[in-house]
Amino acid sequence: MTINTLSQDGVQRQQMPCLTKMERMIISMQDPDMGIKLRNQRLLITVIPHKCSISDEEALHVGQLFVKYGYIYPLKEPRNLILKADDSSYRFQTPYYWMSTRWPASELDYAIYLAKKNIRKQGELIEYEKECYNALHKRINHTWDFVVMQAREQLRASKQRRKGDRIVLECQEQAYWLVNRPPVSPEHYKLTTLTKNTIIEHNRISLARNRVKSSICLESYVKYCEQYQPHDPIMQGCLPSNPWITDDIMFWNMNSETVALPTKLRVERWSFSFMELLNDQMGRKEFLTYLEKEFSAENLCFWQACEDVRHGETAKIPEKVDEVYKQFLAPGASRWVNIDSKTMEKTLEGLKRPHRFVLDDAQMHIYFLMKKDSYPRYLKSELYKNLLARAIVPQETKKSVFPFMRRQRHSSPSPALATQTAEDDGKAKYSNSNSGTASRL
Amino acid sequence: MACQGLAKGETTNTLKAESESLKAKLEEERAKLHDVELHQVAEKIDALGQFVMKTRRTLKGHGNKVLCMDWCRDKRRIVSSSQDGKVIVWDAYTTNKEHAVTMPCTWVMACAYAPSGCAVACGGLDNKCSVYPLSLDKNENLAAKKKSVAMHTNYLSSCSFTNSDMQILTSSGDGTCALWDVESGQLLQSFHGHSADVLSLDLAPSETGNTFVSGGCDKKANVWDMRSGQNVQSFETHESDINNVKYYPSGDAFATGSDDATCRLYDLRADREVAIYSKDSIIFGASSVDFSLSGRLLFAGYNDYTINVWDVLKGTRVAILFGHENRVSTVRVSPDGTAFCSGSWDNTLRIWA
Repeated sequence: MTINTLSQDGVQRQQMPCLTKMERMIISMQDPDMGIKLRNQRLLITVIPHKCSISDEEALHVGQLFVKYGYIYPLKEPRNLILKADDSSYRFQTPYYWMSTRWPASELDYAIYLAKKNIRKQGELIEYEKECYNALHKRINHTWDFVVMQAREQLRASKQRRKGDRIVLECQEQAYWLVNRPPVSPEHYKLTTLTKNTIIEHNRISLARNRVKSSICLESYVKYCEQYQPHDPIMQGCLPSNPWITDDIMFWNMNSETVALPTKLRVERWSFSFMELLNDQMGRKEFLTYLEKEFSAENLCFWQACEDVRHGETAKIPEKVDEVYKQFLAPGASRWVNIDSKTMEKTLEGLKRPHRFVLDDAQMHIYFLMKKDSYPRYLKSELYKNLLARAIVPQETKKSVFPFMRRQRHSSPSPALATQTAEDDGKAKYSNSNSGTASRL
Repeated sequence: MACQGLAKGETTNTLKAESESLKAKLEEERAKLHDVELHQVAEKIDALGQFVMKTRRTLKGHGNKVLCMDWCRDKRRIVSSSQDGKVIVWDAYTTNKEHAVTMPCTWVMACAYAPSGCAVACGGLDNKCSVYPLSLDKNENLAAKKKSVAMHTNYLSSCSFTNSDMQILTSSGDGTCALWDVESGQLLQSFHGHSADVLSLDLAPSETGNTFVSGGCDKKANVWDMRSGQNVQSFETHESDINNVKYYPSGDAFATGSDDATCRLYDLRADREVAIYSKDSIIFGASSVDFSLSGRLLFAGYNDYTINVWDVLKGTRVAILFGHENRVSTVRVSPDGTAFCSGSWDNTLRIWA
C-alpha cells in the first residue's frame, strides 16, 4: 500500500503535489516580465531553459519532466516527448489540458478526437491510432453515431475560428492526447521501457545461476535457530533478567562494551562465526591481542582501515587510501600485509585512481586469511579458553512479585554525548597497537 | 512515455513471448532442486510452548499516525516518525522523550537511527532524506543543523544507514533506490529495476556487506549489489504490493510482508520462495515484519490492528498480540533481541517482551 492509491494505471498513480509544483513553475515561466522569452514567429515560441536560476543539467531535466507531463509540447516532432537543448520550438500547453485539471480523458472523448482526425485527414491515422479507433468502434459501438456527430460539429465550429487559433488549438489537443493516450498499452509499456536488454538479459543470467538444493538450505536454518536459541531473549529469556520485564538493567550493564569480565554466552557466541567475533568490540580487542602474540596484528588493522575507507566520507577517501598504502602496502612498510602478488598488483594499479572500493580485493583476501587461519587457532588458544572459563554466568533475578516494589527505571547517558571528537571517523574507530590492549585480569 | 526502443522487425509480442518462455524455464530450473519443504525439515524440532508476550511500555506523544521507527544501537533508545511531521527520539526504557524535530512536510514515512547514536535520518512526502545531528543542548533547535542528503522525484518510503554514519541507502516512490554520501549529499549509486514504487529495503548482514534487498508495488523483491548497482536476484511470487522486507539473521534468506495478507520467506542460495505464512482468517495486509534474534520467530504487524507471531521453521502461528487500536505500521526487534517495538496508526508505540 502506498500513498498513491487509486488505479493501477501508470498516469493516475502520480503524486498530485508534484503537479502543483510543476504548474507553479510553468506559470512563472510564462510571466511576461520575468519569464521565458517568447517570440511570435508564425505563432512559434522558443523556450530557453537557461533563463531559470538553476544549472543547465537540472534545467534540462526539469524541462524533460514538463514535456513528459504535457505542460510543454514540441512542435517539430510532436510524438517525440523529449526536451532538446537546441533551437527546436516548443509551446506551453493551455491550462485546460493540464493534468491536474483532471479533464476526464474518457474513451468517448478519445473516440471523438480520433473520429475528427479521421474525417479531416482521411486515412492519416497512425498505426496505433488505427488500432485504438477500431477497438473503440467495437467497444462503444452503441454510441458511435453520437461520436461521429460530435466530431463533425466540433470540426464545423473550428472552421469558424481564425486560422492561427485553429492551428494552436489543434496542436494543443494533439499534444494532450499524445501524453494521455500513449501508443502502447500499460502492460507493453512496462516491457519496452525496461527494454529487452534488462528483463530478458536478467532472466538469462538468472537461468545460468548456481542453485543449492532446498534440503541443504533449509537444514541450515534449523541449525542456525538451534545454535542461537539460547541467545534469543524472547525465545529463552536472558540472565539475569530481561530489563523490559523486570525493570532491572543488569543485563545491559553486564553486556556493555567496556565491562571487565564478559558473560559466558557472549564469549561462546564468538565461536559461532568470524563475523560474530569481529562484530563485538570486546571480541575484536581480544582477537587483536592474540594476533599481536602471533605477530600478525597488522592483518586486523589493515582490515579495519579498509572498512573505514569503504564506509567513511567520500571526500576523505584519497587521503585515507594513501595512508593505508603507506602503512600496509608499500614495500618496506612498517605494518606490511602479506597479499598474493596478483591481488597486490591489481590493488596498486587501482591506487592510481583511488575510489571507495579500490581496497576491496585486498581486504577480502586478508579477511579470508584471518578467517581460515588465525580465527580457528584463536578459538583453540589459551587466551580464549581462559576467558571462557572465567566468564560469568549471571544469577537470575526474578520479577518483583509486589507491584509497589517495582524498581525505579534509571536513565542512561545518551550516545549523542560521547562522540563529537570522533565525528571524522564515523563509527569505525580502530585501535592502534600502541594503545588499548584488551583488559586482562 | 512515448514508445521507443524496439528494433526493426521486433514487435512487443515477440519480446513478450521470449520473456515469458525464459520465465517459465527459470521456474523449471528452480523447481528441479526443490527436494523438500521447510515444514518437513522442521518436523524433528520441538514445537514452541506457550507463548506469552505483553506490552511492557506504551509510548504516547505523537499527535498522529506513527509511520516508522528504528532502534538505536544502545538497545533502549528509539526514533519514531509520524504523519503530523514530527520525529521523536525516546528512551523507550524510561519512556522519556529526548529530542523532537518538526519536519517541513507531513507523512514522514521513513526514519533511521545512525549507528553512532548521534544522528537520525528521516523523510517522506518531501521526497528527501535529511539527517539531523542530535544535540544535547536543550536550547538548540535541531532543525537548524539539518543536512539534506537524498533527493528523489517521489516520496521517500524507507531509509537506512549502512555500516557508518556516512552513507545512507534510500528507497522511493519513484521506483528507485539510491546510495548517498551524507557529508556531501552526493549520489554514489542508484538502483533501477522496479517498475513501481519501492516500499522497503534491508541491508544484508553478510561478511562482505555488499548487498541489500528491496520490495515494491510491482510485487517484486530484488536483491542488489551495492557496488555495481546491478540487480542480482529477483523474486516475484506475491500477489500484491510488498510492504516490507527483512533479512533472516544469517543473511541467507529474507522475509516479506505484503498486502496479499501473507508473509513469505525467500532463500537466496536456493533462489526461490521456501515458505508462506498465511491463514484463511488473516485477510488484511501485513505492513511490517521482523525476525527474533535466533530467526525462529517472525513478528508481523497487520492492517487489522494485530501482530501475528509465526514459527519460521514450522510455518505455524504461535500467537496473536492484541493491543493496538488501529493499523500496525511498523515492527522492529531491538538490537539485542530482548524486545520488539510496534508503531501504529493509533498514535502510539508499544514495546513488547
